Amino acid sequence: MTDRATTHPAPLAPSGAGERPLVNLTLVKYHIIASLVWFFVGLTGGFLFSMQFFRYYPFPGVELLSPGRVRMVHTNMMAYGFILNAYFAGMLWAIPRLTGFPILSDKLGKVFFWGWQVILAFVVGGILTGHAQAVEWGETPIFTDPFIALWALLGIVNLVAPILKTRGRPLYVTLWYFTASFVWTILNYLMGNYIPQFFVPGAGGAAVAGLFIHDLVGLFVTPIGWGLMYYFVPSILNRPIWSHALSLVGFWGLAFFYPLNGVHHFLYSTIPMYVQYGAVTATVAVELVVTTVIVNFFMTLRGMGRTLVTSLPIRWFYTGMVAYFTTCLQCAVQVQLPVQQIIHFTDWVVAHAHLVMFAVFGSWIMGFFTELWPRLVRRPWKSRALLEWHYWLTTLGIWLMFLTLTALGLQEGYLWRGLNPWEDMLRSAIPFWVFRTFTGLMIIAGTVVFAYHAWATARQPAPAAVAERVEGAEPAAL
Amino acid sequence: MNTRWLEKASATLGISGFGFFIFSVAAMALGPVVMLRKVPMQTVEQISQNVIPDFYDLLVRYPDEFKKYFGDPGDPPDEAKMRQYFAEALRLGRKVYIAEGCWHCHSQFVRPLADEQLRFGPTSWAAEHQNELQLPPLFGTRRVGPDLIREAGVRSNDWHAAHFYNPQAVVPDSVMPRFTWFFEERKTPYENGVKIVPNKRGLAIITYVQWLGSWVRSPAEGAPLTASGAEDSGQRTLSMNR
Repeated sequence: MTDRATTHPAPLAPSGAGERPLVNLTLVKYHIIASLVWFFVGLTGGFLFSMQFFRYYPFPGVELLSPGRVRMVHTNMMAYGFILNAYFAGMLWAIPRLTGFPILSDKLGKVFFWGWQVILAFVVGGILTGHAQAVEWGETPIFTDPFIALWALLGIVNLVAPILKTRGRPLYVTLWYFTASFVWTILNYLMGNYIPQFFVPGAGGAAVAGLFIHDLVGLFVTPIGWGLMYYFVPSILNRPIWSHALSLVGFWGLAFFYPLNGVHHFLYSTIPMYVQYGAVTATVAVELVVTTVIVNFFMTLRGMGRTLVTSLPIRWFYTGMVAYFTTCLQCAVQVQLPVQQIIHFTDWVVAHAHLVMFAVFGSWIMGFFTELWPRLVRRPWKSRALLEWHYWLTTLGIWLMFLTLTALGLQEGYLWRGLNPWEDMLRSAIPFWVFRTFTGLMIIAGTVVFAYHAWATARQPAPAAVAERVEGAEPAAL
Repeated sequence: MNTRWLEKASATLGISGFGFFIFSVAAMALGPVVMLRKVPMQTVEQISQNVIPDFYDLLVRYPDEFKKYFGDPGDPPDEAKMRQYFAEALRLGRKVYIAEGCWHCHSQFVRPLADEQLRFGPTSWAAEHQNELQLPPLFGTRRVGPDLIREAGVRSNDWHAAHFYNPQAVVPDSVMPRFTWFFEERKTPYENGVKIVPNKRGLAIITYVQWLGSWVRSPAEGAPLTASGAEDSGQRTLSMNR
């Protein structure tokens, strides 16, 4: 089963050949570019919002750029703009290679791509003009929600077709995660955006919203991320995953326990206690499952530690895995009720969210962007140094942000616990918040380096071998 | 043990995709909904039967704006009309609260912890969230500013107006943004005088915030609270520390 995944990806199908190529490279490229564009929108939003915390917001009193609204643009564009586009790029690359069949329709892929970007533009516009919905990670205006669900379904139909063409043969690990996630994402999106909005108020609605918040990360971002890791890590290392049994444990454990976690976002709330205790238990169970997955990946690397230095994609992937283990270990600790008393409602949680969404999935995405981009533009990366700058600026930025906000969270929690006046918390937090903005700037700088580097690489003259082949076609374009 | 069947699309799609998801919803979301089935959701019309005193106060302080945006309740104010205007203000106030993302920095539940009870007031209970204005629930997950579910009557309408217009003017260390678009200018008879007054959104958000927790504030159900009647068993001793 693993052989297909472990072989290094086949040479690119020549463009313009009569036969339909396996992977639609244009779509992969477009999704990567779109992902980076939305990433900049999200980064700008986060950067602007962070300045409000030390009262240097550059647009005070401008309704359309109100910090509260910009915050929602930040989170939603990271999830639906940056991560979703990046994941489609990865899946459009991996699924045809794993199944041997191209996606259902290239035209549908194009319709999905452009439609999705238009929807995202409407989401940004809707949030900035005050039409946000009060569901965390689901602030997408209610009038965009049906389109988002429909379009996600279109994208999924396109990707699931090659998987179904395998006609009931056992699938590679990556595809377990993808197929399950396709169902979860659609069900979860509909549940989270409609049930608390129209049917169930208060504690019941919060239980549903809690499931949604967590499932968005746990059942959409996490499984597709892991699926991509199960594809890219063995294919770059050119060796199979260490243990198939652990892969099975990891997938089925995640599938069972992850959806049960949601209510841990509202501990000590008016949601019935048995549900809260259940969520705490399931969260600890997830940590055990995650450990098996981490062990599996680190054992896959055994004896090849040197690739962490030589291969940037591998370094990104394993950096993300360290972050993943950290967040999950943190989860198992921070959901304990005595810990909740201090850290809930503080910046500790903000630190945790940034670690999981960016230090984990962001690293993986940057890793496979680094792997795929040279193949898409058919030129090697222009500069090793720029790749290193991208890695170090981004990684240091996010980890420093995590440490700063975690420390601040403890400080806030204890100040509240000690019944200090509210403003004491604000005054003592401002140096941390200033530093947080600085760490954010490091991430932005790293991303600017990457975007410039990607552009410069694509503009390079083609390497000799490729140039010869395409010369007859259109030398001017190169 | 042969586990190949676990690796097929039918198993990953069917058992984990649909099966486990539906199980989680049944266990974690259906439970609370069923347990709360006997606490019916209050509509805004039901809530607005008890018009809060602060809403009358808005009529006194900003009569022109109140009449312009909600209507003229007459003098003395007609109670039925006030209830109707109050419902409208609550609906709009909550809409503004959501549009501006207020709930990202202010929670709306008091946890059963000693420090929170001292700081904010009585611990939240499930029934107080069973109303149309908690659809979707505005529990929140972060407190940059204090919890608001016991905010009713803690501060005056004037304080809120000044605070929404420029938070740092009343709380120098606040990091809350300004919401100048909740206000408009009105000419005064005085020399080159303009006055900043709340517009419809401003009146509505003040009403909404003053309503949050008004059910705890009033000792007898529905009885409007006078300034001297603010005795509530010492729950607010620390309120100025918020």
